[in-house]
Amino acid sequence: MTAEAGLVALWLAAALAAMQLALAALAVQRRDELLSAAVRPVAIVQGLLAVLAMAMLIRVFLLSDMSVALVVANSHSAKPWLYKFAGAWGNHEGSMLLWVTILGVAGAAVAWLERRVDERTLTATLGAQAAIALGFYAFLLFASNPFARLANPPLDGQGLNPLLQDPGLAFHPPTLYAGYVGLSVAFSFAVGALVTRDVGPAFARAMRPWVLAAWVFLTIGITAGSYWAYYELGWGGWWFWDPVENASLMPWLAATALLHSVSVLATRDGLRAWTVMLAVVAFSMSMLGTFLVRSGILTSVHAFAVDPERGTFILILLAIYIGGALTLFATRIGLVRAGNTFKLVSREGSLVANNLLLSVILGIVLIGTFYPIVAGAMGTQLSVGPPFFEKAAGPIALVLVVIMAAGPLLRWRRDSAAALVKRMTWPIAVTAVSAVALVVLAGWFGLLPMVGLALAAGLAVASVVPLFGRNLRRTPMFVYGMVLAHLGIAVSLAGMAASTAFTKETLVAKGIGEAASVGPYRVTLRGIRPVVGDNWSALEARLEVQRGERASGLLTPQSRFFSNPPTTTSESAILTALDGQLYTVLGQPDGQGRWQIRLWWKPWVTLIWFGGLLIALGGALSILGHWLRDRRQKRRAHDAAEAAAYHEAWGA
Amino acid sequence: MAECAVKTVSGTLPGFRASAPLLLRQIIATSAAASLVLPLATPAAAQSRPPAPYANVQLSDPAKEAEATALMATLRCLVCQGQAIVDSDADMAGDMRSLVRQRIAAGESADEVRDWLIARYGDYVTYDPPMSAVTIPLWLTPLALLALGIWIASASFRRRRPPRR
Amino acid sequence: MRRWLLWLPLVLFALVVVFAVRELRKPSDRTVYSAMVGKPVPDFTLPPILSGRPGLSAADLKVGQPRLLNIFASWCVPCIAEAPQLMKLKAMGIPIDAVAIRDSEPAIAQFLKRHGDPYARIGDDRDSRVQLSLGSSGVPETFVIDGRGIIVKQHVGDIRDEDVAALADAWRNAR
Repeated sequence: MTAEAGLVALWLAAALAAMQLALAALAVQRRDELLSAAVRPVAIVQGLLAVLAMAMLIRVFLLSDMSVALVVANSHSAKPWLYKFAGAWGNHEGSMLLWVTILGVAGAAVAWLERRVDERTLTATLGAQAAIALGFYAFLLFASNPFARLANPPLDGQGLNPLLQDPGLAFHPPTLYAGYVGLSVAFSFAVGALVTRDVGPAFARAMRPWVLAAWVFLTIGITAGSYWAYYELGWGGWWFWDPVENASLMPWLAATALLHSVSVLATRDGLRAWTVMLAVVAFSMSMLGTFLVRSGILTSVHAFAVDPERGTFILILLAIYIGGALTLFATRIGLVRAGNTFKLVSREGSLVANNLLLSVILGIVLIGTFYPIVAGAMGTQLSVGPPFFEKAAGPIALVLVVIMAAGPLLRWRRDSAAALVKRMTWPIAVTAVSAVALVVLAGWFGLLPMVGLALAAGLAVASVVPLFGRNLRRTPMFVYGMVLAHLGIAVSLAGMAASTAFTKETLVAKGIGEAASVGPYRVTLRGIRPVVGDNWSALEARLEVQRGERASGLLTPQSRFFSNPPTTTSESAILTALDGQLYTVLGQPDGQGRWQIRLWWKPWVTLIWFGGLLIALGGALSILGHWLRDRRQKRRAHDAAEAAAYHEAWGA
Repeated sequence: MAECAVKTVSGTLPGFRASAPLLLRQIIATSAAASLVLPLATPAAAQSRPPAPYANVQLSDPAKEAEATALMATLRCLVCQGQAIVDSDADMAGDMRSLVRQRIAAGESADEVRDWLIARYGDYVTYDPPMSAVTIPLWLTPLALLALGIWIASASFRRRRPPRR
Repeated sequence: MRRWLLWLPLVLFALVVVFAVRELRKPSDRTVYSAMVGKPVPDFTLPPILSGRPGLSAADLKVGQPRLLNIFASWCVPCIAEAPQLMKLKAMGIPIDAVAIRDSEPAIAQFLKRHGDPYARIGDDRDSRVQLSLGSSGVPETFVIDGRGIIVKQHVGDIRDEDVAALADAWRNAR
């Protein structure tokens, strides 16, 4: 019953999306206000129905209803409830339903809350959103039905992949999708504005919070995913340039460029073409990522259920949406471009450089991810991985860091290079001093990490320079947002460079009572014992950890065995200190009473994800700051209008 | 664990992010009602041999070990779904690690070891695509994109466009 | 801003679609083939694994007569599937040598007893060193080596009925 209810909700939502599209198209073409007004409630109900469908799927998982094929393939009655709940989206169909639900909810939110944009443009936006939703509803209903029933329900399911049985599954997909799919709002806004030829500051001011919100979620989602992989996979890596990881990075790069661009459009009426194009590109990257992850054309540890037929379906949708939007852009943007002039050395100049460099990095990631297919077409098999991406994108990213440091210190329209350098004396000095200090203290540890660390220090200082000489209590909150976000990048960069350069690994076979050291830690194996959990059993090592004179604690890495499905996973045990993490993994016994232990000392590695959270927080502060300012301006405008009306009425 | 040359279709494994070698995924594929029936070896039988000597043992010279580890991070595990040999539990990955360490300990350079493996498996085995006729577009793209970016930037600064609505 | 630049994103996207379509319609072969085909067998010497059966070295493959080299193991299930085909090839008069990967004597002995023994020599490759030097990436695989020790052909995976004729032809042509 529940499954059928979900399926019906999904069909209804699809029908409403069709209706929404039809209404919007008519309303825009005929400039009919009545039809326009009808589109909003339709969008809201469509979103609610999608939520209902998702809720039904979750319910079916929580109840362990084995007559639903998806539950059988991905769940088991013995699983803890959290993984039944999160397991609803731990598979292709369920995650696709989550995707579509967020698409509907985003559209509903725009329909409910957005009042600043011209009504006709908003209608066109909701129409574009409906068009996208329609295609993906069709994909779900015809090619990936999550509610399919089994004729003969088995006794129990096959269980969820043990690597997914982790709180990370409850965090990473929803936040990532909220970001990914949230960018659809920017896409729809861009398409809507192109249709009604209404690209201007008002449009940008309306679009900005939606872009920021999606970007914040995407930042959190990528950070969560990176940390989850780091502690779950047992080798301490936090990024591998895997095709699926790149699929989440590419929208983020585009969205970062977009959020800067949209601010310029909102405040200075510049960068119109860039803004619209980036809005289209950002969600296009999201959709492309969805295609890559589910079609199987690229090999990845992270690839979802793979099916070339489904891949073809998604590719057709992509061709229609992205092709259509890019064609619309090319044909219509010429008519909406404005040209507020600016010189090279100016805030606008640095933002153009920012957009360009981010786009270059995006292009590099795209071609690196796709190149194995291109090479396959040429008849050879090859692999493109971290060495390529680091060599190609790394230096450009560092240049971008310099621009990030200089940008906020530049004046609008025109500025002088000499004045800029003077404003940047502190950051430049800090960078130089850090570089020298690093060489003196740590020797030479690689050009990229050294430059990265020195620049990170400089950027950290440069991010707070905009606050110098300001009345801190009267500084708008969105300035704090910018400061925090840029600071977050500096922190993250420092973490990446330091942990890459200074990580130490020790790989030993030790018997009970024997010790090994790594970095500043001494680790003694005290014992191995069996341990039992909800749906697993494990061998657990007791590692006594000592740093200097003090005992630091006890770590218990496990080698875990699951029965549904039968797998062995390695549960790492991590000790977090102020200056890094001790990462321990239990390996195989060597048959002679000794156990393999892998130890890593990763200095400053937590800065990577801490920085990510700072970035997201900065974005959130920006959203709040703009909203507060808008409210204050509205109130002032309201007060001023009242005062004017009073004067007019009483003639005083 | 077995690295049978028949590879599994990952299509039956939803949301699978695995560091486990191919065999385990084969087991899961069959239990997940795979459309292909894949022959399996049982893990117990496959563990009849201990790992290669330097698969999980570091070299005593830290500089050489660092060189070996750096190289291993760029070599692809041939029986996994997209992992470097330094982070894979597969037997063959262990054998390759042992090979790398022993050769570096014997005095070969990282490039020589990489070239030896490329001579055996082609460019697929390295994550750092060597420059060749096929990979020139790949390596030139960053430069081309930069050049395009600089050209666009200079074009937009050079002309003073009159403000338009 | 030049007009054609506005069409650039669309053109790039079209390229992406073209490659994606090509890959979807004709998926690339994900099998890892050896790059040593056409090159001489690298030097190696493997001790015997079965008492009474000689081990294998590169010199044994350069005896003027082409031979098949089968990479297998007792723990490899597709090797069981290909055992009858190997016996058929042996019955045709084709000499077959083997390299046993990560294996032990009792297991090999039992495997050969149960599934047939087509091998003239079996080498004990405990660390897969020879497997790696041949460019083999799994079991089972079969190489056709000509009389001068050049690797002529590689067959990846188990030998099915339909592959027997092709392998026999390759052996005959390699003389």
